Amino acid sequence: MTAIVAPNAERVADVPERAQRRAIVAIARKELGDAVRSRWFWMWAIAFALLAAVLASVALPGSRIAGSASFGRTAASLVALVQIIVPLMGLTLGAQSIAAQRESGALRFLLSHPVNRTEAFWGIHLGLSVALLAAASAGFGAAGLVTAIRSGGAQAGAFLRITVLAWVLVIAMLGVGMLISVFARRASAALGIAVFVWLAFVFLGDLGLMGTAVATRMPVDALFFATVANPIEAFRLAALGSFVGSLDILGPSGTYAVDALGPALMPVIVGVLVLWMILPAVGAWIRFRTAKDV
Amino acid sequence: MIHIEELTKRYGNLTVLDRFAMDVAEAEAVALWGPNGAGKTTVVRCILGLVDYDGTVEVDGLDAVSRGKAVRSRVGYVAQELSFYDEMAVVDVLDFSASLRGFGTERVDEVIDLFHLGDHRLKRIAELSGGLKQRLALASALIPDPPILLLDEPTSSLDAHSREEAIELFERLRDEGRTILLTTHHMEEMGMLVDRVIAMEGGRIVTECAPAALADELGLRVWLHILVDAENTAKAQEALAADGFDSRLNAAGIVVEVPAQRKGEALKVLYRAGVEIEDLEVWS
Repeated sequence: MTAIVAPNAERVADVPERAQRRAIVAIARKELGDAVRSRWFWMWAIAFALLAAVLASVALPGSRIAGSASFGRTAASLVALVQIIVPLMGLTLGAQSIAAQRESGALRFLLSHPVNRTEAFWGIHLGLSVALLAAASAGFGAAGLVTAIRSGGAQAGAFLRITVLAWVLVIAMLGVGMLISVFARRASAALGIAVFVWLAFVFLGDLGLMGTAVATRMPVDALFFATVANPIEAFRLAALGSFVGSLDILGPSGTYAVDALGPALMPVIVGVLVLWMILPAVGAWIRFRTAKDV
Repeated sequence: MIHIEELTKRYGNLTVLDRFAMDVAEAEAVALWGPNGAGKTTVVRCILGLVDYDGTVEVDGLDAVSRGKAVRSRVGYVAQELSFYDEMAVVDVLDFSASLRGFGTERVDEVIDLFHLGDHRLKRIAELSGGLKQRLALASALIPDPPILLLDEPTSSLDAHSREEAIELFERLRDEGRTILLTTHHMEEMGMLVDRVIAMEGGRIVTECAPAALADELGLRVWLHILVDAENTAKAQEALAADGFDSRLNAAGIVVEVPAQRKGEALKVLYRAGVEIEDLEVWS
């Protein structure tokens, strides 16, 4: 039998320094590999790409004649699609991340290596982020290809801005999902909470807010800020603003926003999205880092 | 090499470790022995920094909390519950483990050869038997050639043959001068592998002694299941009773309760009485 002792007896001594540099990247690569092996991931990516391509095709009949109006229809359709699918992708993948590994014992295996919890958390976050960005890009790539073929790529800048906003949204939702994951005891519970949160963001935020506004005669400024506080609504406003150029189309609330915030309007909305991208992830990291047991 | 002092761990109102203390010297092999729930696994998890605790845990002079990464880089760990990533292949798990420790694929190939995993390198973890998972866990633990091994019930999921192989391997690892902390409830493993046993119950140390002395210290008893010819059962029981051994009959043979260190004496009694033993099992 071969000797168990490693040929280089000094290996152990230099492990910590080398491992420190590589841990996050190694964990991220593993998470990305896991996502790519997952049927769910492919289901999301393919469904999103197909729907986006179909929407782009349907919204662009005779687009060489219709010009920017046709692009507006495509963009509006894409924004509606992103609002539904992209948050669900980020939330469910994030919710499964830590909770599933904790439940299976794999997290204990990971943390028995020379890896600290900060590296483990951000490694997982990085790997899932890359996977989600790839899935979101597949959808936009499909839609972009159809749009470019049929309308000549005249609106490439606006299209790219919406793509970047969708990236920010999916990373924000990943952070929310991971926040759920670090608190949940079981992966199934994390998934259930993630779906509920998705429903709350997508439907309750919209319909509930409208109902509340009518019932309580909510002032227009409060209505605007309550709307913007919802990351999915913030994405919608930012995306619409990026290709329509004005939020007046949103009615009194939009008109108020344009009047009150002026040129600061878009930075405020995008800032809200960026905060959603940062704060839940940081909250999840703090919880994961300070959790007592694995 | 391992120094633990005043180690206390509570889960809510349940105290799992109660001011536990021990020292393991360099190149020493020590067993934590005790029933389920004694706190053996929790000691190992505290050393690895996997759980929060009160007290002091140091490995190679490094605090297990503030220098957790450095501690874990010196330790190879085989868990009781063998959990990896079910969808990954054997070679991918080892590559991942190696990359976290700063090693390349050459060392992965070495441990794959060492643990005879070559035929299984592309199998998914979910497809592996308990014995293969155990070999994978050991292969992963030995990638960095660590000076310290924490083996938490390392033979619990192995069949008799694989267990024999594992024990041989542990003997070699011990003989190479590694510090070994083993948790087990198998007496025979301790006898073969360790220099010292720390017996635990309810999160506390009950006694600390050489493996051979443990049975006497704790008054442990085992059951011999002896198969003899049907005509000789009465004669065998009489002979055993004459020498002070309690016995009873079951469907297949005679069951004799003996002190763990006196198994041979009961057999000598039967030999002297002229009773031929057809088969024998030891239940502990």
